[in-house]
Amino acid sequence: MVKIKIEVLNIWFDAFQVLKEINLEIYENEILSIIGPSNSGKTTFLRMLNRMNELENGFKMTGRVELDHKNIKMLDAQFLRKKVGMVFALPLPLPLTIFENVAYGARIHGEKNKKNLEKIVEEALKKAYLWEEVKDRLNTSAFKLSGGQQQRLCIARTLAVEPELLLFDEPCSGLDPISTAKVEQAMLELKESYTIVLVTNNVKQAARVGDRTAFFLNGELIEIDKTAKMFTAPLDKRTDDYIRGKFG
Amino acid sequence: MNSKKTEKIAFFVLFLATLLIILPVGLVVCIIIQKGFPAMTWQFLTDIPRQGMRAGGIFPALVGTIYIVFGAILFALPIGLGAAIYLSEYTKEHFLNRLIKLAIVNLAGVPSVVYGLFGFAFFVIFFKFGASILSGSLTLAIMILPIIITASREALESVPYSFREVSYSLGASKWQTIRHIVLGNAIPGILTGTILGVGRAAGETAPILFTVAAFYLPQLPKTIFDQAMALPYHLYVISTQVPNVDEKIRYGTALVLLILVFFMNLVAIVIRTQFRKKKKW
Repeated sequence: MVKIKIEVLNIWFDAFQVLKEINLEIYENEILSIIGPSNSGKTTFLRMLNRMNELENGFKMTGRVELDHKNIKMLDAQFLRKKVGMVFALPLPLPLTIFENVAYGARIHGEKNKKNLEKIVEEALKKAYLWEEVKDRLNTSAFKLSGGQQQRLCIARTLAVEPELLLFDEPCSGLDPISTAKVEQAMLELKESYTIVLVTNNVKQAARVGDRTAFFLNGELIEIDKTAKMFTAPLDKRTDDYIRGKFG
Repeated sequence: MNSKKTEKIAFFVLFLATLLIILPVGLVVCIIIQKGFPAMTWQFLTDIPRQGMRAGGIFPALVGTIYIVFGAILFALPIGLGAAIYLSEYTKEHFLNRLIKLAIVNLAGVPSVVYGLFGFAFFVIFFKFGASILSGSLTLAIMILPIIITASREALESVPYSFREVSYSLGASKWQTIRHIVLGNAIPGILTGTILGVGRAAGETAPILFTVAAFYLPQLPKTIFDQAMALPYHLYVISTQVPNVDEKIRYGTALVLLILVFFMNLVAIVIRTQFRKKKKW
C-alpha cells in the first residue's frame, strides 16, 4: 500500500534549489532510510512531509505530494502535523515535566480528561521503551533525563498524538551506541503500526533498520531500492562510493 | 614607553573613569539619606501636608504616585505585551515591521516633557478627561510602552526557537504554542522589563505635571477622574515654590521617592536571578 506519493518535487530556499525533480513512493509499515552527505536535501525532504519547511523564510515548492491519495497542500497544516509526527536530531524536551511533555500534544488537540491523559502518556512511554525507567518520576523535569532517555521521551511525545507516519531526523546523532540501539529497537517495533521515514548520516544504521534505502546527493534522488540490494549491489557508482565511505 | 608602563596607565585611567561613575551616585544617595533620614517617621509617611506643606507628611503624594503608576501598568502591560508578541512571533521581516521597530526606538527617545504636552492635548483636552489620574496614567503608559515592548520582545526571543518548532510539529497552532510554551518561559523577563518601566514612571515629573499633579491637595483622590498629588512634583513644589520648607522634609521626600524606585529595581533583579536559577535549558 502506498502511503505517500511524491511526484516531480522541487524545493527552493530563495534562489537555491535544495531538491530537484524527486519522484518516490513510501509504503505503509515500512522503514525508509534516507542517506546522503550533508547538504544533500535529506532534512528538507523530511520536513516537507509535515510541511515544516513553510515556516521558514524564502521557501518555495512545486510538484505534488500525496498522503493517502490526498494532496497535502490541501490539508490543514495542523491536521497534517498531527498525522505526521516528527522526532528531531537533538533531543528537544519542552521545559515541562516528563508527564506534561508527553501529554502536551494530546492536550492541544483537546483531550482534557485526566484519566485519559494518564492512559495516553503511559501507552506512549511504553511504546518508546521508557516507561520502566521513568514511571516513578513522571512529575520531575524532563531535563533531568539522560540524552538517550530524552530522545525516547521525544518519541513518546510524538506517539501520544497518534500519528500514522513517523519522521526521524538523524535521531541518534547525539547518542551513545547503547542509547542508539534502544532507539533503533523502538523504531523496529513501531513499524508494525506506523510508517517510518528515517534520515540518517549513519550508513550502518540505514543498513540495520531500513526496509528500503534512498540515496540523496546534491538535492537529487540517485537511487532507491531494498536495503539489502542497495548495500550489496547498488546500480549507481556514486551510491557505491558513498556506502563504502569514499566521499561524504 | 614599554608595554608594562602603558598597561599600568591604561588600568589607572580606566579605573578612574569607573570610579567617577560611582562617585556621583554614591554622593547623591549619601547626602539624601543623611539629610532625609531624620524626617523618616511613621507620621511623615501617613500624614497629610500641613501649614502650607511646611510640616506634616507626604501621604497624599505617596498614594497619588502609587495610583498613577499602577494605572500606567494597567494600560501599558497588556498593550505592550500584545505588541511584543505580534512583533516577535507573528510578523516576518518586512518594511512595515522595520518601520514599527524604528517607531518604538524613537518613542523611547522622546523627551518626557513632550509626552506631558501630548498627554495634556490628547487626554486632558481632547478626550476631556481633565487633569486626572486617568490622564496621567495614560500619558505615563505611553512613555513606558517602549521599555515594556523592548524587554518583552527580548524575553520572547530568548525562548529557543526549537521549542516552538517542537510544538508546531505536534500540530499546535501558533497561539497555542505562544500560550503554553513561549509565554511561561518569557514571563520573568517581561516582568523585569515592566518593573523597570514602572520605576522610570514613578520618578517622572514632566508628564504628570501636565496631566494630573496637584500643587496642594490634602486629601486622597476618590475616582480616577480626580487630580492627585505625586511625589516628584511635590518635591519640586516644596523645593522651589514654597519658601522656608524645612530641609529635612525636602530630603525626606526625595528619600522616599528614591527608596520607591530602588525597591522596584531590586524586585526586578530578584525576579531575574530567581529565573536564572530555575532556567532549565
